[in-house]
Amino acid sequence: MSQFRTPLKRALGLGSAKHGVHHFLVQRLTAIALIILGIWFVWFVLRLPGLDFDGARALLAAPWNALLMGLFVIAAFWHAQLGLQVVVEDYVHTHGWQLFLQVAIRFLCILGAAASVFAILRIALGR
Amino acid sequence: MPATARPLSPHLSVYRWQIQMVTSILHRVSGVALAVGTVLLVAMLVALAAGPEAWARMTAFSRSWIGIVLLVGFTWAFSFHLLNGIRHLGQDLGWGYRIDQFVRNGWLASIGSLVLTVVLWACAFMQWGGA
Repeated sequence: MSQFRTPLKRALGLGSAKHGVHHFLVQRLTAIALIILGIWFVWFVLRLPGLDFDGARALLAAPWNALLMGLFVIAAFWHAQLGLQVVVEDYVHTHGWQLFLQVAIRFLCILGAAASVFAILRIALGR
Repeated sequence: MPATARPLSPHLSVYRWQIQMVTSILHRVSGVALAVGTVLLVAMLVALAAGPEAWARMTAFSRSWIGIVLLVGFTWAFSFHLLNGIRHLGQDLGWGYRIDQFVRNGWLASIGSLVLTVVLWACAFMQWGGA
């Protein structure tokens, strides 16, 4: 029955990998989040050179800072995974390497985000 | 190899260098650099959670010359990816596609990223000196 479908019907919402515009949308959503969180992040990091260990820990332990650092790290690693995925898709042309790198990038981004959130929670909720 | 050696996009060898390709390439380069550099952020958070000794090693590294080179590089990558990213979001809304606007905004993002890097490090050194 495929001859009754127009080419447009087959293309709409699917895309080459049948994921439609999901990648495009999430990349931009995390980008907008990172503009806002990035401005806070700059403020946070610029306070660190003037602080000792206890001061730095107290600064990150403050509820708003712990929350925003958690969101920043999650948004950053999510955005990084989406961006690195496209770079590898564009420049790596061997099937084995493509598979290995895409899996490795996802695992490493999740590891980085999880390790960061765990560290933030330890600091914010006490040892 | 195909039978006829057709030219493949992006035809880098037939173009003269212009700001449009510089910003496009730098957006990818700075993005990959930021992804790799985020390891520093994870190390910072984990060191702060681990205790005073780990934090002392982290601050000593960030004040060594290689630490400063990496942090300045990270600051520039952050600044460029932020400014050029805002430019890209504007382009997604259909803004700034006239050639003169496109070129001007490319220069704004490139030169702006260098200015922002200098400003941020000036702020950092003032904090450092005030400590």
